[in-house]
Amino acid sequence: MSPTRLRAIARKEILQLRRDPRSLMLAFALPVLLLILFGYAISFDVRDIRAAVLDQDHSAASRDLVAAFRSSGYFTVVRYLERSAETGPLLEKGAVQLILVIPPGFSRDLGAGRQAPVQAILDGSDANTATIALGYSDAVVRTWSGNAVLRGRTVIPAITPQTRVWYNEELASRNMIVPGLVAVIMMIIAAMLTSLTIAREWERGTMEQLAATPVTRLEVVLGKLLPYLGIGLIDVVVCSVLGVLLFGVPFRGSAALLMLLSACFLSGALGLGLFISAAARSQVLATQLAMVATFLPTLLLSGFMFSISSMPRGLQAISYLVPARYFLVVTRGIFLKGVGLEVLGLQGLLMIAFAAVGLGLAVARFRKELQ
Amino acid sequence: MRGSLERILEMVRKEFRQVFRDARMRGVLFAAPVLQLLAFGYAVSTDVRDTATFVVDSDASPASRELVDALTASGYFQVVGRSSRPADLVRALDHGDAMMGLAIPAGFERDLQNRRPMSVQLLFDGTNSNVATVAQGYAGRIVLSWAARRSPGAAPPGVDLRARAWFNPNLESRTYNVPAVIGAILTLICLVLTSLAIVREREIGTLEQLMVSPLTPGELILGKTIPFALIGLADLGLITAVALLWFHIPYKGNVLLLVLASVLYILAALGVGLFISTISRTQQEAFMSAFLVFMPTLLLSGFMFPVTSMPPFFQWLTLINPVRHYMEIVRALFLKGAGLGALWHQFLALFLIGSGVLWLAADRFRRRAAAG
Repeated sequence: MSPTRLRAIARKEILQLRRDPRSLMLAFALPVLLLILFGYAISFDVRDIRAAVLDQDHSAASRDLVAAFRSSGYFTVVRYLERSAETGPLLEKGAVQLILVIPPGFSRDLGAGRQAPVQAILDGSDANTATIALGYSDAVVRTWSGNAVLRGRTVIPAITPQTRVWYNEELASRNMIVPGLVAVIMMIIAAMLTSLTIAREWERGTMEQLAATPVTRLEVVLGKLLPYLGIGLIDVVVCSVLGVLLFGVPFRGSAALLMLLSACFLSGALGLGLFISAAARSQVLATQLAMVATFLPTLLLSGFMFSISSMPRGLQAISYLVPARYFLVVTRGIFLKGVGLEVLGLQGLLMIAFAAVGLGLAVARFRKELQ
Repeated sequence: MRGSLERILEMVRKEFRQVFRDARMRGVLFAAPVLQLLAFGYAVSTDVRDTATFVVDSDASPASRELVDALTASGYFQVVGRSSRPADLVRALDHGDAMMGLAIPAGFERDLQNRRPMSVQLLFDGTNSNVATVAQGYAGRIVLSWAARRSPGAAPPGVDLRARAWFNPNLESRTYNVPAVIGAILTLICLVLTSLAIVREREIGTLEQLMVSPLTPGELILGKTIPFALIGLADLGLITAVALLWFHIPYKGNVLLLVLASVLYILAALGVGLFISTISRTQQEAFMSAFLVFMPTLLLSGFMFPVTSMPPFFQWLTLINPVRHYMEIVRALFLKGAGLGALWHQFLALFLIGSGVLWLAADRFRRRAAAG
């Protein structure tokens, strides 16, 4: 392997990248855009659930329960209904997500020490929000009920569950998202940018020219890979710094370890992208393959947003083949848990193995094409 | 007029031949959407099940075992390790082997029998805040109701909240997510593939040949977009069939409305694809632009993140996002069986956005073609 030839290939790739502002934009603007969207615009946290109230009891107790609902901060009561016939159309239009129904006789039952039922009608078409809304209303009713029944008496509950959350004490979803985004962005950069590089040479016919030069396949692969490795590592730094400064995500581990393992992961992912590019030969096909083979599994099966343990067994088995799954353990471990190699040793080895496989595949596939 | 129709048909035929010639391309067009739907259907779930739990039982009594059984019997928790030393719990959380830790103190059963107040400790790994939030709620509720069962009479009857979910009684997230995947997949096919197909001709130089042929720019646009609109509609049928037959997602609405909404939506997506093709010289540029459009529109559509939780500015922004309107229509049709009366806002918005974008793109394309 000659360093001069390697440098020449890398320089050519950088020149080509510099003339293609849109790829550069994807490389640098997309990470920032995603961070801002995830940080500011979207979140899993459900707030201000639109609710309606149908109070058929019209008593002091029922009004007090409604007041507890409103002051909980989870619900915005947008409508007060008079008749139960109004509930159907309201849910169908999607105007509210929850309707609290307090039946007649509510305060009488409560006063007599009987169980007093109230009903929560949910719009189940958004199952996620509905589940959360149900949890919130359950908590509000439980607290209110406890206060109402125990008023004037002191009863000590038998067992108190003492809950504590580690690593992400306030359970902020951005603390979960930002470290995960680092992994997802790495995969986007690697797969999207490199999937086109070799297919493009084939489609434009410059591959023959490259084949006629004395460069070896390893030099071509490494030369095409190095510029993107640089971009990827810059992105890791940008994401981490923005995440910590802008969104207050904790960074408790070693930055050097993060860079080292990111470089390993990135090499594997880039190798995979180059492999796809070499195998597809057409740019349209390469982009679609890259989306289906690398981007989607990373988004869905890495545990970035959806918990792997809730998936069916077959899908859980497949998720072991998704390298981002292991890299996610690394980024979350370093950002939030502050653990080092003593915990991440296995993941580190897997990252190195992934890099070897990715690069190996790219080089092996590339040779066939040159002959 | 007759000649024009023939020319368009010929162009459509050529496009189809070009697309279907490659077996792998056929796979991408028809197998990939089904695969994606299966992956989304199974993976995208906010249901929390089998949360890995580590138990430190310092009491080792029948009562403490009963409490652990109550947690596992719910299906939400799965015990992955037991120990009597708290240090092991810390290790399990640090290594990510467990998401939750349950610590039962010594003297648990004795205190319970003597009706002395006490506490058990629940530790959560918050790195996945979704799972932790939901699991926290489940665990707290299970512990409290177990305690109430163990000591009847201690908790006086109070208000009982009875929940009933409409449209999706079991609150399954799959029923919510699978219809939305249709929108995501249609976007990918119509937006990305159209832009690439046109730019490809420009890149390899065959666009000039088409320009000097008797085809007018308008016919060229139609010839280029009709195939992908048809492929999009075929995929719509395919994905809907899988959703209904494989996932047993209920479909309660009018089929014609779904087709109408999809046609309007495909027009909008094709318009964006066409527009991207007019601002790109290479397929790489086109793909990068398409991806830059695809990610934010999908994230701001309510596909996975509810629009109502966004800050007002972004909620406003989603109004010009066709994906948002299409998702709302598809979900309402599948789950609620809503009619045009409840959905005409979304239909109107889709129509306006679709025709606006398509007109803009076609105009730009024609002007570029005229300029040579």
